[in-house]
Amino acid sequence: MDSPTTATQFAIETRKLNLWYGSFQALFDVDLQVKQGIITSMIGPSGCGKSTLLRSVNRITERLGYVRTTGSIEVMGRDVYAPEVEIVQVRKRIGMVFQRPNPLPISIRDNVIFAHRLHASAGRRLPKRERDEIVEKALRRVLLWDSVKDRLGRQATALSLEEQQKLCIARLLPVQPDVLLMDEPCSALDPKATEAVEELLWELRGDFTILIVTHNMAQARRASEECVFMLMGKIVEHGDTAEMFVTPRFEETAHYIEGRYG
Amino acid sequence: MSTVIDSGDADRLDAAWWIDRIVKVLVFAGGISAIVFILGIFAFVTKEGFGFVLKDMDVVEFFTSPNWRPTSDTKPTHGILALLAGTASITGFAMLISVPFSLGAAIYIGEFATGKTRETLKVLVEMLAAIPSVVWGFIGLSIMNPLIIDLFDVPVGLCMLNAGLILGLMAAPIMTTIAEDALKAVPDGYREAAEAMGATRWQVIWKVVIPAAKNGLVAAVLLGVGRGFGETMAVLMASGHSINMPEGVFDPVRALTATIAAELGETVAGDTHYQALFTLGILLFAVTFVINLTADLVVRGIRKK
Repeated sequence: MDSPTTATQFAIETRKLNLWYGSFQALFDVDLQVKQGIITSMIGPSGCGKSTLLRSVNRITERLGYVRTTGSIEVMGRDVYAPEVEIVQVRKRIGMVFQRPNPLPISIRDNVIFAHRLHASAGRRLPKRERDEIVEKALRRVLLWDSVKDRLGRQATALSLEEQQKLCIARLLPVQPDVLLMDEPCSALDPKATEAVEELLWELRGDFTILIVTHNMAQARRASEECVFMLMGKIVEHGDTAEMFVTPRFEETAHYIEGRYG
Repeated sequence: MSTVIDSGDADRLDAAWWIDRIVKVLVFAGGISAIVFILGIFAFVTKEGFGFVLKDMDVVEFFTSPNWRPTSDTKPTHGILALLAGTASITGFAMLISVPFSLGAAIYIGEFATGKTRETLKVLVEMLAAIPSVVWGFIGLSIMNPLIIDLFDVPVGLCMLNAGLILGLMAAPIMTTIAEDALKAVPDGYREAAEAMGATRWQVIWKVVIPAAKNGLVAAVLLGVGRGFGETMAVLMASGHSINMPEGVFDPVRALTATIAAELGETVAGDTHYQALFTLGILLFAVTFVINLTADLVVRGIRKK
C-alpha cells in the first residue's frame, strides 16, 4: 500500500465537492470522509447523487464531457483533481465495479490480466508463468478459481452473471488498488449470487477500502460498517451502519430507512 | 354524452380493415420483389451467356489465356486472364488505399468526434458515397491523368494507379459508414470498463473496441471489395482500358466490367461475342454474390454470440 501521510486516516476525503451536469447541479458542497480498510455504503433515493459522488472519485464522470466539478477529492492523501495528476494513475489506484457486470469480450484470463498489462507490465511481455500466477491469485481471491480454472481461455461473456461480476472484481486486483468503488454491484444478480458477492466483499475488506452504492437497504445493513445517507445531492447523515439503522439522527434518514420514500 | 354502440357495426368491414389488407399486400409485394428481381436478373444473364459456356468456351483458354480477341476474323480467342488481373490489381490497389483511410475515418467519427463535428462528417461521408461514378471517372481522366504524367514522368497517366486511386476514393465512404456502424454497435460498458481500469483512449480503441467490432469491420472491407469488383464506369475511364498483364502500377489495364460496358454495344445480339460478354457477367455476378454473402455471414456471426 502507498504510504499515506500519517495525518490522514481516510482513504477518500472530499472537500466542498460540487458537480454539475451541464447546468444541473447534482452535488452540493459534499464533505465526505471514508475510513481506510472498511466497507462504507451509500444509500439514498434515485437521483440523490450517490452514484455521481462515487463516479467522481475515479473521475469516470468526465467521460460525459459536459460535467464540471469544483472542490477536491483526496484519495490516500492525494488530490485526484490536481492539475498535474495523470488520470491513468488515478484509475490504477482506484478500481471500479459497475451495475451490470461488464467483462470485456475476451478470454477470462485476458480479462484478469488486462489492467495489469496496461500498467504493471506496460511494453514488456509477461512470462507465461508469471502471468498465470497473477491470474490464479486474483481468481482465488474472488473465490472463482475452482469453477473457471479449466476454461480460462473461454470468452468471459459466456459466464453466469455472478461469475462475471466476480471476474470484474478479480480483474482489479492484480494492479493492487487502494480503493474499490462499487456502483450497485448486485442489482443485476439474483439473491443467491448477491449473497456470494457480499461474502466476497467481506472477505476483501481490510486489504481494500470499499465504497459501495446500493439501492438495497438490507444490503447496506448486512454488508457495510459505515453508512452514508444522501438526499438531493447532499450528505444527510454518515455514521456507523448498525447505529444509523437503529437510531438515525435525522428525520429524513428515518423516513428513508422505514421506506416512506425512495 | 351518450355513446350508443350500434350492434350492426360488428360484422361490417370498415375502411380501416380494407386499408390494412391492401397495405399488407403492397408491403409483401415490395418485400418479395427484391427476390424476384435478383432471380430474374440471374436467369436472364445465365440464359444469354450459357450458350457460350456450353458450345464455344474452352475452359482452359478462358481462365489461363491473357488474349481477349473475340472479334478476330481469323481466330477469335476468349481468354480472360488479363481482364481478371486488371480487375484484381485495380481492386487490390484500391483497397490498399481505402482500407486504412476508411477505418481511420470510422474510428475518428465513431470514437473521437462529438456533437456537430460528428454529424457534419457523417453527412459529408454519405454525400461522398452519392457522387456518380462517371464523375469519379471524369476526375480520373481530366485531373489525375495529367497529374500522374507530371509527377512520375510517364507517357500516359491512365493506368492501374489512376484507376486504383479513384476506386479507393469511391469505396471509402461506404466502408467508412459500415465500419462506423460496427464500432457504434460495441456496448459502451466495454469502453467504460476499460477506461475505469486506466486505459488511455488509444488503448480502449485498440485493445477493446476494434477486437469487439472485428466482424463488422471485416464485413465493411468485404463490401468495399465487392464494390471495387463491380465498379464499371470510373474504371473504364481511368484505367487506360488496354488488354495487358500488368507489371507495374503505371501499366494501363482493363477490367472485366469495363470490357462488358465497352463491347456490348458493338455486338450482334446472340452471337458468340455477345454470349461471351454475358459469361463475363455470370462470373462477375458469382464473385460479387460470394463476397456479399460472406460479408453478410460474417456480420451475422457477431449477432449470434
